[in-house]
Amino acid sequence: MSELLKVTHLHKEFGPNVVLKDINLSVKKGEVVVIIGPSGCGKSTFLRCLNGLEEIQSGVITVDGLPVEAGKRDITKLRQKIGMVFQSYELFPHKTVLENIILAPTKVQKRTREDAVKEALELLDKVDLVDKKDYYPRQLSGGQKQRVAIVRALLMHPEVILFDEVTAALDPEMVHEVLETMLALAKAGSTMLIVTHEMEFAKAIADRIIFLDKGDIVEETEDVKGFFAEPETERAKKFLKTFAYE
Amino acid sequence: MASLGIDVLFKGTNFLRLLQGLWVSIEISLISVVLSIFLGLVVGVLMTVNNKILHAFLKVYLETVRIMPQMVLLFIVYFGTTRVFGWDMSAESSAIFVFTFWGTAEMGDLVRGSIKSIPIIQFESAWALGMDKLQTYFYIILPQTVRRLIPLSINLITRMIKTTSLVMMIGIVEVLKVAQQIIEANRKTSPNAAFGVFLVVFLLYFIVCWPISRLAAYLEKRWA
Repeated sequence: MSELLKVTHLHKEFGPNVVLKDINLSVKKGEVVVIIGPSGCGKSTFLRCLNGLEEIQSGVITVDGLPVEAGKRDITKLRQKIGMVFQSYELFPHKTVLENIILAPTKVQKRTREDAVKEALELLDKVDLVDKKDYYPRQLSGGQKQRVAIVRALLMHPEVILFDEVTAALDPEMVHEVLETMLALAKAGSTMLIVTHEMEFAKAIADRIIFLDKGDIVEETEDVKGFFAEPETERAKKFLKTFAYE
Repeated sequence: MASLGIDVLFKGTNFLRLLQGLWVSIEISLISVVLSIFLGLVVGVLMTVNNKILHAFLKVYLETVRIMPQMVLLFIVYFGTTRVFGWDMSAESSAIFVFTFWGTAEMGDLVRGSIKSIPIIQFESAWALGMDKLQTYFYIILPQTVRRLIPLSINLITRMIKTTSLVMMIGIVEVLKVAQQIIEANRKTSPNAAFGVFLVVFLLYFIVCWPISRLAAYLEKRWA
């Protein structure tokens, strides 16, 4: 069993506020882990720790056996193994769709422009955006921007991709197209860590569910259907109830 | 109606001299502006660096430039340094030095403001793609900064062009000085020349500054 990502005793605080306490997690290659929990429970911060966007106070994070340490020189090499898609897309507004996608592969990984463009167009085709390749981000809808952001992350050939509430800023009719893209990725065997508030989607895509509350892993299970039907802990039950209307 | 006194400009080479004076003003401001833009980009990036000593140093620099009238700076550099440090700077070099010293500080502050206005998450988005700090600045942050900077810096550039009228105080014969010379030389024959000639000087400044603001408006629209 190949362990791709390992987190041991992760502890993170912002000043006096403890955000994550003693988190332990290990993710296998090809696994899709969905992290859910109430707002402010630390799930986004957790993702940001994994690629060194946040410094941690103690604990160890390794990707492919290499330690992730914010502020270290090697962090840029590690980040190439860890793709990230943000809630607010964060495309580069002064670059076209195609330029957004091929920038890091050509400048960071020093791939040839031809090679990067060829693969970019293939991937854009898969998300039905090839005709938008010369558009600027401001000319795209939210859903289109987010699919471009996913393609941009994919072109770096990351070992694992982090999705930080990627549909939270989208209009409802655009959520679907983005989630479809992610489902296709999961089917193709990508390793993914997803933070989301879309419970139906979580149920459909997850190999494992992690319920985080107040900086703590409260419940963790590979019985995804079971979790949504009848979670073990009271806190998870209470949380899931907030999504139900009767 | 009394004569406006513009006719003086058509005597001899007067108008040509005025244009030559204008070129002196443009030359000094052009060199200073170009130097200020490049140095200002560097200073602006340094202003965003988290280093207390550097921060304090740049703060003193910026405030000095803001508080000190440009004319005092010109006098210090042109008249002051010659004897005290033994620097033998020409009036033009002194002017360019002072204008660049001023322009760099103000441009630096504009650059700092523009960088700060770019959301942190744009940096993070670049870092998440494996870019290092230099690549992030070069490909992501500075191009966006420059776009935000254009409308702000146009104001500074036109101010610098207009302020070159001060350099006649250290003996440079620029457009305003030439205008004065023409007026004085023709005091007897055309007593009204002051109005006409200065009016033309006004128009010349306008002709120089107006296209710059138009260019800024165009770029602002294109990059919006």
